[in-house]
Amino acid sequence: MTLTIVLLGASALIGIGLYGALSQQSFVMLMMGLELMLNGAILAIIGFWSLGLAGMPEGQLLAIIVMAVMAVEMALGFALIVAVYRKRQADMTEALGTLKE
Amino acid sequence: MVNVVVIALILFAVWTGWRVFRVDSMVRASFSLMLSFIAVGGVGVVLSMPYIGVATVFMMAVEMMAMAIFMVAFMMNPAGLNPMMMVHQHKFSVGAGVLAWLGLSTAVLSAELPSAPVTSEQRVVFDLGIELLGPSMLIFETAGVTLLATMVGAVILSSREGRYGHADHGSRPPGLAEGGDPAGRVPDEGGGHHHHHHGGH
Repeated sequence: MTLTIVLLGASALIGIGLYGALSQQSFVMLMMGLELMLNGAILAIIGFWSLGLAGMPEGQLLAIIVMAVMAVEMALGFALIVAVYRKRQADMTEALGTLKE
Repeated sequence: MVNVVVIALILFAVWTGWRVFRVDSMVRASFSLMLSFIAVGGVGVVLSMPYIGVATVFMMAVEMMAMAIFMVAFMMNPAGLNPMMMVHQHKFSVGAGVLAWLGLSTAVLSAELPSAPVTSEQRVVFDLGIELLGPSMLIFETAGVTLLATMVGAVILSSREGRYGHADHGSRPPGLAEGGDPAGRVPDEGGGHHHHHHGGH
């Protein structure tokens, strides 16, 4: 019962995050969408580990890996934003049109 | 009792996650995302995963503060004085998000979920420590090296002194109108863009 609720919440978070990652024009808002999807993934891991795996330690390890992925995503994402801003003074995806055509 | 707390925290996490893309200020959006993460960390604490839950709260508090600072430094309209709706391919995104939500929910509801809850006498944090520094040490160390590589990459990407000269050499901001004058700050000497305009392309 609780596991179903946790997983439904996780799928809602992933859906909202996908919407944000696809729809936002600002780089940072786009990254927030990605983070929200990872948030849903962590919630699903917590639920599965706590209610379905009888506390296998590998489940907690998976959560730690997702957190490492989040740290990598944030650090490199912000570094890329800085690099793009230096080169193009742009903070929106629409301003990067050089790969078009 | 545990169920009620978990449901409340999950509803709060989903609601604040939704608010991220609905508020008018990017700083508010990042704090809303932080609340969503804190609620998920709270679910971890309640569902006997205290180490991960507390670590999530700490990490996300720092990360979202960095994000809020970035918003103020780079983005337009951080204060939320005007309505903010900066989206593209909106209908497609809504469709994709709803489809992902419905699809995952259908999978959850139709699957036969396992039921093997953690018992209260399990030493979960102790088990995690043994796992990290025992059988899964290679994975843990790989994550550490990955984070080191990330730090190096972040410094290189964000450094102004690029390998082939200044990173903002020849920087030309996008025009306010199509083919119009560049908007924003014009890089000064060394930036390669001198103080006469080149006209449109």
